[in-house]
Amino acid sequence: MTENTNTNKINSFQKEQNKVEMRKQIITFALMIFFTMIAFFAVMLGVSSTFVIPLILILAIVQVGFQFYYFMHMKDKGHEIVSGMIFGGILVAFLVIITFVAITWW
Amino acid sequence: MSHDHSLNPETMPEDPAKATMEGKHKFLGLWIFLGGETVLFACLFGTYLALRNSTAGGPSSQDLFGLELVFLMTLLLLTSSLTSVYAIYHMKNNNFKKMQLWFGITALLGLSFLGLEIYEFAHYITDYGFTFRSSAFGSAFYALVGFHGGHVVFGLSWLIAIMVRNAKRGLSLYNAPKYNTFGLYWHFIDVVWVFIFTVVYLMGMVG
Repeated sequence: MTENTNTNKINSFQKEQNKVEMRKQIITFALMIFFTMIAFFAVMLGVSSTFVIPLILILAIVQVGFQFYYFMHMKDKGHEIVSGMIFGGILVAFLVIITFVAITWW
Repeated sequence: MSHDHSLNPETMPEDPAKATMEGKHKFLGLWIFLGGETVLFACLFGTYLALRNSTAGGPSSQDLFGLELVFLMTLLLLTSSLTSVYAIYHMKNNNFKKMQLWFGITALLGLSFLGLEIYEFAHYITDYGFTFRSSAFGSAFYALVGFHGGHVVFGLSWLIAIMVRNAKRGLSLYNAPKYNTFGLYWHFIDVVWVFIFTVVYLMGMVG
């Protein structure tokens, strides 16, 4: 913060930035609602299960990506270590689920 | 800097939640916690996926689930995620009252979600006799969905505690990280719910 005599200007710039960010998050929210509705309708309409299960799983993964990257700001800089934590968790999560299901059914 | 950390337009940092060392540590600590939570819920999901057809002659997922209720619960929790984004937006603009208002709406939406979940469980138990002990499917279902509900209860208690505790203090570098940490936790609850409604309810209806 050097040579910033005009703090009001800084604040209005920040406010504008926050507003742009907010707009993105509202779009994200609308898309998430939209994906949720597609998933529910696909199941309610009784689309065949070989098609609908991959579809709803992909929609869920996309929604979770939105949630992490936009709502929880993982796309912003300074989130490298944080991403490591979550992706580490997701990696172990996959192994756990595959293992549990494989032990029981194969 | 004095001990008074309250914020005015001159001292307002870009992100009050991460302006102090304590704030940075809380932020990192919460994400480490969320990484662990991912693994914890993976264990519950793995168990559920392995046991979801083991109904032992009791009610199956097709007999029990009603998608209308689940859809409503999903909308409530998803919207509460957005309202907490609004609250953090007002925090960044140093508007404490609006932040409290939007977090208040978040709490109400969370409470409605919880009410519907309690209704759902009560409905299964009284109308279908479907309990934790009915079958392996019952145990896995209540463990997974109930554990998520427990997280919602914990989150609501946490939110109400910080809202009441800081009600008269105004926004400061001391309490901004607390609200921000809660916001991240609440989004994570929603992340888990997205997988619950997909894997448990929707896949349960498909078969």
